[in-house]
Amino acid sequence: MTPFPFTAIVGQDEMKTAMILTAIDPKIGGVLVFGDRGTGKSTAVRALAALLPPIDAVKGCPVNSAHPDDCPVWAEVTETEIITRPTPVVDLPLGVTEDRVTGALDIERALTRGEKAFQAGLLARANRGYLYIDEVNLLEDHIVDLLLDVAQSGENVVEREGMSIRHPARFVLVGSGNPEEGELRPQLLDRFGLSVEVTSPKEIDTRIEVIRRRDAYENAHAAFMAEWAPHDAALRARILAARAALPGLNTSNVVLHDCAAVCLALGSDGLRGELTLLRAARALAAYEGAADVTRAHIRAAAPMALRHRLRRDPLDEAGSTARVARQLAEVLP
Amino acid sequence: MVERALSLLAIDPRGLRGLWLRGRAGPVRDRVLAALAALGPRKLHPFITDEALMGGLDLSATLASGAMHRHAGLLETPGFLALTMAERCPPGLAVRLGQALDQDAGLALIAQDEAAEDGEGLPAALADRLGLFVDLDSFAWGETDDFALSLPLIATAQARLAHMATDAAQARLVRVAADLGIASLRAPLLALACARAHAAWRGAGVIAEEDLEIAVALCYAHKARHFPETAPEPEDAPPEPPQPPPEEEGAQNESLQDIPEEMLIDAARSALPPGLLAQLQAARVARAMGGNSGAGAARKSLRRGRPLPSRAGKPGAGARVDVIATLRQAAPWQKMRRAMMPGRGLDRLLLMPADIRIKRYQDQTDRVLIFVVDASGSAALARLAEAKGAVELMLAEAYSARDHVALVAFRGHSAELCLPPSRSLVQTKRRLAGLPGGGATPLAHALQIALATAEQARGHGMAPTLAFLTDGRGNIALDGSANRAQAGAEAAQIARAIAARKIPALVIDTSLRPKPQLAELAAQMRANMITLPRADARTLSTTLSAALGG
Repeated sequence: MTPFPFTAIVGQDEMKTAMILTAIDPKIGGVLVFGDRGTGKSTAVRALAALLPPIDAVKGCPVNSAHPDDCPVWAEVTETEIITRPTPVVDLPLGVTEDRVTGALDIERALTRGEKAFQAGLLARANRGYLYIDEVNLLEDHIVDLLLDVAQSGENVVEREGMSIRHPARFVLVGSGNPEEGELRPQLLDRFGLSVEVTSPKEIDTRIEVIRRRDAYENAHAAFMAEWAPHDAALRARILAARAALPGLNTSNVVLHDCAAVCLALGSDGLRGELTLLRAARALAAYEGAADVTRAHIRAAAPMALRHRLRRDPLDEAGSTARVARQLAEVLP
Repeated sequence: MVERALSLLAIDPRGLRGLWLRGRAGPVRDRVLAALAALGPRKLHPFITDEALMGGLDLSATLASGAMHRHAGLLETPGFLALTMAERCPPGLAVRLGQALDQDAGLALIAQDEAAEDGEGLPAALADRLGLFVDLDSFAWGETDDFALSLPLIATAQARLAHMATDAAQARLVRVAADLGIASLRAPLLALACARAHAAWRGAGVIAEEDLEIAVALCYAHKARHFPETAPEPEDAPPEPPQPPPEEEGAQNESLQDIPEEMLIDAARSALPPGLLAQLQAARVARAMGGNSGAGAARKSLRRGRPLPSRAGKPGAGARVDVIATLRQAAPWQKMRRAMMPGRGLDRLLLMPADIRIKRYQDQTDRVLIFVVDASGSAALARLAEAKGAVELMLAEAYSARDHVALVAFRGHSAELCLPPSRSLVQTKRRLAGLPGGGATPLAHALQIALATAEQARGHGMAPTLAFLTDGRGNIALDGSANRAQAGAEAAQIARAIAARKIPALVIDTSLRPKPQLAELAAQMRANMITLPRADARTLSTTLSAALGG
């Protein structure tokens, strides 16, 4: 069944905005969605896949290279034809083995033909696309280590069975999870550009609308998809327009100063906070069709860019969202 | 009711996603399981491997034919799955099953939950996704009868599903869910599927009131967080006459909206055996407060615990080689390796270091620190403040070590478990801050509560450690009387019981002038004893860490 249309998701505006921003500028670096059960986290991620603009890639290349010269040697790609294909969105299931993530010797070829060949893993398939981990907080530690390493270097290196294989693995991490079931390691948290917290809608009418649409999606599928297809198409066009507008945006020194001031006040570690905040604010400005990045954009992007980067204070009873809001009110009046 | 639930599940497994069957082994359960067999469920158990779930390389077929063969995983073929001992389902498996159910691949799960105690229960990730709930303990043997599912009836009902009008029911079910405090949006969807299946089962073409009542009873009752207060009806007012049936046949939809929602709420309440809500709530709280549902709660171990999938690694340093997994790893490459190393391995297996797989286990050795704090008047209030400070400092350490913390306080006539084992620092801190001082010293009762808490923690697979902060001047016996001699004897008896159960303990004397009684008690408990001179909270905390070995 085709995924639920992105634009048909009721409410959850912050989550939708965050996903749209990463689609506009993948350099923002992914979204982490944390929240209650049954709030449409996975639905939104799967819907995003249908919304992403297609990419150009060499036909048959396991790592979706843009030019024939970029294809890794081990892949033995002979095609030079460039095809347009959907942005890859690859699922990383929880029970996945290391071999499937990084790739390993091609067992079938080894067995039947006695040849040593590399079979690309999930990281190769996710190159230039998205890697989605549902219930990311329950991922096994050794897989997390591996992901961190690859996300850091943008390259997957496999050294085993007498093989030495490397290929580019640049992907946007999208994770979702329920904080009640376990926490996420700070190193992995930091890898996500934006983070949002979702809760179930409180208004009855909103909830009824959710159920109505979901029911229509499941039981009157074709009609429902036809109804929403134009909305999704319009949003995709808007994302593409925003992408084109991104390089031409003016970013004043005042805005840069604001970014730094907010991050300083919050004591977020490292400079990744500032960079992400600036990128998110720029993407937001482009999405809204503005010519300049303004303080309003910074203010709107700050909670999602920064709330997961604060030093954990186990005895602070207020959540990170409240802390960000408090500092924003002080620093950017 | 049970029969109806099973029929509904059989009619619309895709929409309902599954059934949560709560009940201990017994004749009623046997009857239900016998009826379930008609659906041909495939069995899973809580410690099933990922390979069995997701499929993997079928080694014997692969080697025999020389071509790649996979065996299908349980989650890959549509149908009914029966999860036995669902209360022991680890969170990782719950999430995998949940993902499989979400993928709409035609799977439905029957979770057989045999939870006996508070604090056990189906993981929330599954409880949220399974549509139906039946509590078998609420049915007596005499009330039930052998039954079989009528497959032809189910098939005709299934044919009706697609044409069911659901518009009026949607809003009603969402409102009732909100009234019952059910936050998840999956619940109304599942209830809608239930009502639809029930209408189809009746042979109706539209969802009516009775379908909604069944849906509320089967899908909402167990998820309800609170029931709305029913306004007391005035005694003298005659009950409203039932609405006359609508004249037109087609007006069924409208009549649906006229019926007060109060009726649906009653259905939920009457379907609940008394005490169940409290029990489920307790289970949910225990889980939320960190029972053992956190991903970090279990530790990987090389020697003991539940088996995990083996991993590549080096033998030695306590690791054991998983021979089967190693052979499986090496087997497919033999042909290639023989070609690479001519003259070798014609009569033997060619193993490479990278083939070696080591066994891993999951070890449940979470530590729970049970603080037993003397808040009596004799433990001069100044020391109580110090003790509180020490516990607070320990909390920060417990947080980094992922330890659980429990708090028992005693004063006046009894001891009380202020905080069951938890990882919630904020909660602990709040409870501690709100702990008043003054009154007599019911030391014996405190020991008793501490022992019970420790035993319970052990039952949950945690390693309890007791830390007493007291001056040891117990003067209240277990029956609440102020009898110092009896209190002392009882305290000694429980202390020996603690020693017999080999529960590690630490006694910190917080009195200004230490007396020998407490040392004796500590000896009977085989506890480490520390007599603290006036200390600030930080030294107390350091001592605690040292005595407990970090």
